[in-house]
Amino acid sequence: MSKPIVSIMNVEKWYGENHVVKNMNMNIAEGEFLTLLGPSGCGKTTTLRMISGFEMPTSGAIKVQGESVEKKEPYQRDVNTVFQNYALFPNMNVYDNVAYGLKVKKVPKDEIHERVTEALKMVQLEGFEKRRITQMSGGQKQRVAIARAIINRPKVLLLDEPLGALDLKLRKQMQIELKRLQKKLGITFVYVTHDQEEALTMSDRIAIINQGRIEQLDTPVEIYERPKTKFVANFIGETNLLDAVVLGMNGNTAEVATENGKALINVDPKKGVVVGDSIGISIRPENMMFDRKPVEGFNIKAVVKEQIFVGNLIKMILNLNDGTEIKINRFDEADLAAPGEVVYLYWEQKKGVVIKETKMVDTDSTRDIQGGDPDAEE
Amino acid sequence: MQKSNEKKEFHRSKKTKKEMLTQVLMRAPMCVWALLFILAPMVLLAFMSFMTKGPLGIIQYKFTTENYKDMADAVYATVIKQSLVVAGWTTLLTVLLGYPLANFIAKVKSKTSTILTVLLMLPLWVSGLVVLYSFVILLNNSGIINTVLLNLGIIGKPLQMLYNNFAVVAGMLYMFLPFAVLPMYSSIEKLDGGLIEASKDLGAGPVKTFMKVTLPLTSPGIFAAVILTFIPCIGYYMVTDMLGGGTNMMIGNLIYRQFTISRNWPFGAALSMVLALIILLMVFIYTKLGGDLDDLGA
Amino acid sequence: MKKKKILKGIHTLYVVLLFVFFYAPVAVMVFFSFNTSKANVVWQGITTKWYVKLMGDGELWAIFGTTLLVATITTVLSTVIGTMGAIGYKNSKSKFAKLITNSIYFPIVIPEIVLAVSLFMVFNQTGISMGLPVICIGNTTICLPYVYITVKSRLVGMDPSIEEASLDLGADRLYTLFHITIPQIIPGITAGAFMAFSLSLDELIVTSFLADAGTTTLPMKVYSMMKKGISPEINALTTIIFGVSVSALLLYLLVDGIRSYRVVRHKVRVRDL
Repeated sequence: MSKPIVSIMNVEKWYGENHVVKNMNMNIAEGEFLTLLGPSGCGKTTTLRMISGFEMPTSGAIKVQGESVEKKEPYQRDVNTVFQNYALFPNMNVYDNVAYGLKVKKVPKDEIHERVTEALKMVQLEGFEKRRITQMSGGQKQRVAIARAIINRPKVLLLDEPLGALDLKLRKQMQIELKRLQKKLGITFVYVTHDQEEALTMSDRIAIINQGRIEQLDTPVEIYERPKTKFVANFIGETNLLDAVVLGMNGNTAEVATENGKALINVDPKKGVVVGDSIGISIRPENMMFDRKPVEGFNIKAVVKEQIFVGNLIKMILNLNDGTEIKINRFDEADLAAPGEVVYLYWEQKKGVVIKETKMVDTDSTRDIQGGDPDAEE
Repeated sequence: MQKSNEKKEFHRSKKTKKEMLTQVLMRAPMCVWALLFILAPMVLLAFMSFMTKGPLGIIQYKFTTENYKDMADAVYATVIKQSLVVAGWTTLLTVLLGYPLANFIAKVKSKTSTILTVLLMLPLWVSGLVVLYSFVILLNNSGIINTVLLNLGIIGKPLQMLYNNFAVVAGMLYMFLPFAVLPMYSSIEKLDGGLIEASKDLGAGPVKTFMKVTLPLTSPGIFAAVILTFIPCIGYYMVTDMLGGGTNMMIGNLIYRQFTISRNWPFGAALSMVLALIILLMVFIYTKLGGDLDDLGA
Repeated sequence: MKKKKILKGIHTLYVVLLFVFFYAPVAVMVFFSFNTSKANVVWQGITTKWYVKLMGDGELWAIFGTTLLVATITTVLSTVIGTMGAIGYKNSKSKFAKLITNSIYFPIVIPEIVLAVSLFMVFNQTGISMGLPVICIGNTTICLPYVYITVKSRLVGMDPSIEEASLDLGADRLYTLFHITIPQIIPGITAGAFMAFSLSLDELIVTSFLADAGTTTLPMKVYSMMKKGISPEINALTTIIFGVSVSALLLYLLVDGIRSYRVVRHKVRVRDL
């Protein structure tokens, strides 16, 4: 990793009794597209607002380009924000909105004109200079907000669910445009979203945040294929999670017992799994297989409950003995079992993911964390 | 919380010196105004209500509670009773007459309701006194209404409609009804139509639905209407003066007299104190019931 | 269903009757400004002589001038002080600040007569002589809460992230206040000023307590004439004032209507793109 442009070190955030951000550590590399992903109220927006300066960390340090910024006002920081609801200035037209950051800095008029024109071109809004904000559509407002935020040439651009208010089609289009823009500008994007698909398509790295803690910080591929915690496995894409106990190890293959029968799975030696460990097993629906008779090493029986046709694939829902629901995705109609049929589940050993969670002492885990409420403190 | 106290906390000076100075400058005029022209007068009023009246209206700075005891006097008790009766009737009628109007405005299309609201407020642009005088023209013995009724042969001799409680209540209704309709209108408009549907769906008739759902949910609006009518009613002495013929005095008239004819300031101050306290108590109950003070001003 | 229709008919009729009640006195006022009888009680015949007489009535115009002067000073004072106060006291937490912001509501909730006598006593006891300046102070005290409330509600209704966006783009809080916040609350300020002006034009109780012998405002004049009957001249003047304010209001609504129509049309076009 190149040198970090933003460092978050041991940051904690409390709103009164609520522990919103818990001992957060993160280095964001120059020029990368990093996404903070998590369910609403997980603390991702609060983290973003601490970088932009609208919130103060209760403790810990935040560095931008190696310089501590916790004590700096928002207007003294070299970062800019694209707000969730655009937050355009309603009393100004498009040109004045974009030019605002330059006017504040008393940049000469000619240069303002040049840079605003360039920024508007960048977001494909040439010719809209004189438009009032009320006359713009949602997608256009979004572009103005982006142009306004990049006009000061910030080192880091913070985006707080910028596409949340757009409809699906426009959102997909803007995702591509944002990614293209980021490459062109070469600046760091820190992007907050609760949409996992958005995160997977756009990001260089994703930080999955849950209840104020980073669960995993990795590339999209790593996160999808090798989730480190059950939360991540569940949150990113669909999966089947099974609890198991390790009965024996044979090289990299572990023999495990789930509550519904035995199974085999590959274990990365780095995980240090030993006989007797309690582990989680995550099998993606597309990797879950079945047969009419038991497969060597596997002994998990399931009853097919229903088949659901979802456009390009067919979903099968099955029940294990104890009622646990299992999902299987199939692309071929010939490859299905009818509802009521009893089948035996198995998987390719290397397609299963072993999750070994180090138990964290977490006194707050029972409490519902309400994050992202900027008014709670003031 | 104990956990966060143990931690080192950052204290950024929330505002720079320049910003602090701006805030002080912004606050100062209103602060000074409130202290000098709202709070100080109230304190003085309270102080004065315990002073003694000297000869020729000179105030003697000697503590007494006589002014408050005097209010029990039959003459004054009548006035207070009269005030409460008139204000009470006006308030009751305002709510009863105003609620259906508010309901109507809330139910029609938004464009129509805007027009109705404008029409409702328009007469308030005419000087209140001149409009009240129109009541004299309308209601007197040889006035428009009596002339029409006499000519139609409906009545044999003119009806006495002026210089009694009827005229006073009519005049006050005219002055305060439009103000009272607005908060009721906004509370009805905010009402979730789904709730009423749900109530009807569950088998409640229209009357029961109104009593159990609509009325409780619009009660803040109704209470705001009560306050907006009751307060000015009890203190607005011009209506009684013009339409009541000077015989039907209200507390407002009585206070006015203490400072003009009777020259008994301490007693006037005591009356004002009682009036203010009654109304502050009403406002206090209103806010405790969840009412918003801002609704009383717009 | 038929029953429902009848009920609706009765409801509409009721509303119409109520509006007749609201407009009858206004109509009477307008009609009687064209009445020949000086007594202004019985209708005699049509004339415009009161309007002619009004034009030449120097005293009445002087009184009207005083009224306008008081209303103007009051509007300026209450608008400036109320707006600054609403901005300054936004997000205030201290007990003292609460005392001030709560006491601002006093002039609305306590009867005017109580405010009038207490202000009167303050000026009397401190030896400040009654007259125009004191009248303006009294009127401002009455109008201040209305301006404060309208501006405050506008401030509260503002999206906080718009101010944050300004800070984010490098503007400090002062720059943000003047370039972002204040332009956005202008409709609230205008509404408050409008309210202050119309309240002050009609103010009688506080004004009459604080007036000296040489100062008369229009409501005071009308009130003094009441016992012997208001001259039709007053009807004429009030009709003119009413006419002017109603046309101003209609003009405003018309312009506003056209503007919002334009915005709506534009939105439709944008969506078509």
